[in-house]
Amino acid sequence: MAILLLAEHDNRTLSDQTARALTAAREIGSEIHVLVAGKDANAAAGEAAKLAGVSKVLLADSDALANNLAEPLAALIVSIAGGYDTIIAAATASAKNVMPRVAALLDVAQVSEIIAVVSPDTFKRPIYAGNAIQTVQTTDAKKVITVRAAAFQPSDAGGSVAIEAVQAAADPGLSSFVKDAISSSDRPELTSAKIVISGGRALGSSEKFKEVILPVAEKLGAAVGASRAAVDAGYAPNDWQVGQTGKVVAPQLYIACGISGAIQHLAGMKDSKFIVAINKDADAPIFQVADYGLVADLFDVLPEFEKAL
Amino acid sequence: MKVLVPVKRVVDFNVKIRVKPDNSGVDLANVKMAINPFDEISVEAAVRLKEAGQATEVVAVSIGPAKAEETLRSALAMGADRAILIETDDTVEPLAVAKILKCVADTEKPGLIIVGKQAIDDDSNQTGQMLAALLGWAQATFASKIELGDQKAAVTREVDGGLQTIEVKLPAVVTTDLRLNEPRYASLPNIMKAKKKPIEKRIAADLGVATAPRLKVLKTEEPATRKAGIKVTSVGELIEKLRSEAGVL
Ligand SMILES: Cc1cc2nc3c(=O)[nH]c(=O)nc-3n(C[C@H](O)[C@H](O)[C@H](O)COP(=O)(O)OP(=O)(O)OC[C@H]3O[C@@H](n4cnc5c(N)ncnc54)[C@H](O)[C@@H]3O)c2cc1C
Ligand SMILES: Nc1ncnc2c1ncn2[C@@H]1O[C@H](COP(=O)(O)O)[C@@H](O)[C@H]1O
Repeated sequence: MAILLLAEHDNRTLSDQTARALTAAREIGSEIHVLVAGKDANAAAGEAAKLAGVSKVLLADSDALANNLAEPLAALIVSIAGGYDTIIAAATASAKNVMPRVAALLDVAQVSEIIAVVSPDTFKRPIYAGNAIQTVQTTDAKKVITVRAAAFQPSDAGGSVAIEAVQAAADPGLSSFVKDAISSSDRPELTSAKIVISGGRALGSSEKFKEVILPVAEKLGAAVGASRAAVDAGYAPNDWQVGQTGKVVAPQLYIACGISGAIQHLAGMKDSKFIVAINKDADAPIFQVADYGLVADLFDVLPEFEKAL
Repeated sequence: MKVLVPVKRVVDFNVKIRVKPDNSGVDLANVKMAINPFDEISVEAAVRLKEAGQATEVVAVSIGPAKAEETLRSALAMGADRAILIETDDTVEPLAVAKILKCVADTEKPGLIIVGKQAIDDDSNQTGQMLAALLGWAQATFASKIELGDQKAAVTREVDGGLQTIEVKLPAVVTTDLRLNEPRYASLPNIMKAKKKPIEKRIAADLGVATAPRLKVLKTEEPATRKAGIKVTSVGELIEKLRSEAGVL
């Protein structure tokens, strides 16, 4: 039977995370339908229709679907679930919100944040902040899966398939959207950037964070991340947090500045290709995973680094 | 309004766990256990609602071994009024936890259930959403702010691009994120008082909920390890290595 892939989008553009989840879906089966649920999301559906390996795009359009509210979105997915034996999505905030609701409504388990497909019913997933990797086999007839996007390469564009309209399910009317405070920036998205530079508690203030980290990010075309300590202290916004309970990234280059390297932080970045650590404590645990460590005061070396680039 | 707070007994977040050499699981013998950090945040949120006069009673509930009583005592010491322990020595997956919690909610009839966003052992991030689905209630996940109104709550949620505020009808399920609050330390007198607070105990198997696991764990392995690289002594050397050795600049 077919696979339903829930697309991540902002009604205009399709997230690169969907192309990555598609790669996981293609390892499970070949008939893949992408569901684009939103309001006036034709452009995002158009992008999905071009991805290689997609058989069909389903576009559901309704006001209730405009803001990723869990209840109407889950109702929609459940209403079409009968035709699928696998329902899959990249583990974005939106999918983490809705997919377990779908799984419970279908009375099946969810397999969260898979990092490898062993066979169509067997997957690898990290537990304990990535300190152990479990191989699990589902026994449910229907599978609900979220994918750790950083563990899969994005599928390329290459196809061109039909976009079919599907009816939105009735909105249960349990919740309503009030407002978004979404940060906009010209920098690349954290989860798909080739280079990420992150700052920790050592930065000391949001002003210093901006003054010292951002110029280097600009020069490198890098996305900016942060440790939980930096976010909690208000030096960086919540959506920059990298780690067990933040975003998981695996860029070509990860530069950790003034971050000690707690297991919860490592959980979000230790699969990066190259890791640079800048820390004035030579014994900081971050150096145990760094390819290149520089024991120094970040306030001295980051401006120097920026100038030398 | 009554607030129900599920709390899970998990390995303390400071412990670096070890995988058993035969790949049959994680070695939990003699490991320090604690209340799941997100559940501590939930208890704090519930107790603050009570202190603000918006909640009348805070009930903590845990599903797990007899020792989960310790976890419930920590919740009681923080200010929960009473607790319920649903005992089982089996592994209970999020779906089964949600089904058991639904049973508890059906009798307790809370106006709000505050669940942790994620248990730091299985890292599933499922239970609250599943519970909301089973109850047919609204859900507001990853909350960094909860404002109770009349029969409704405005919840600010941590999402990928920043923050989203939604309004949910009550009763509802809210799951807590790290920035919601900073949990208090229980004072010694409150720890003593908690010893006398009631804990109702029930056996999971008696609830008539199907809890058999849906996932078969075939093996548990160590992750690929990274070895420490080299220390560079200057910015110049770092840039040179990144250019010529790593080829990433
Ligand atoms: C449930 C739970 C979930 C969590 N989830 C996450 C998560 O997702 N992501 C995350 O990051 N953390 C997470 N944490 C928190 C984690 O345990 C650590 O507390 C946090 O990562 C520490 O942040 P830090 O490294 O910035 O701060 P610190 O540990 O305080 O480290 C600061 C570092 O900066 C160095 N330093 C200070 N001044 C300078 C200077 N001038 N120049 C250079 N170096 C300097 C110090 O030597 C030190 O190593 C979580 C914790 C819990 C309990
Ligand atoms: N055995 C349990 N007992 C009580 N609450 C639980 C249990 N398992 C999970 N929960 C709750 O569900 C949340 C999310 O867990 P999970 O879905 O496993 O990541 C936890 O933070 C708890 O609030």
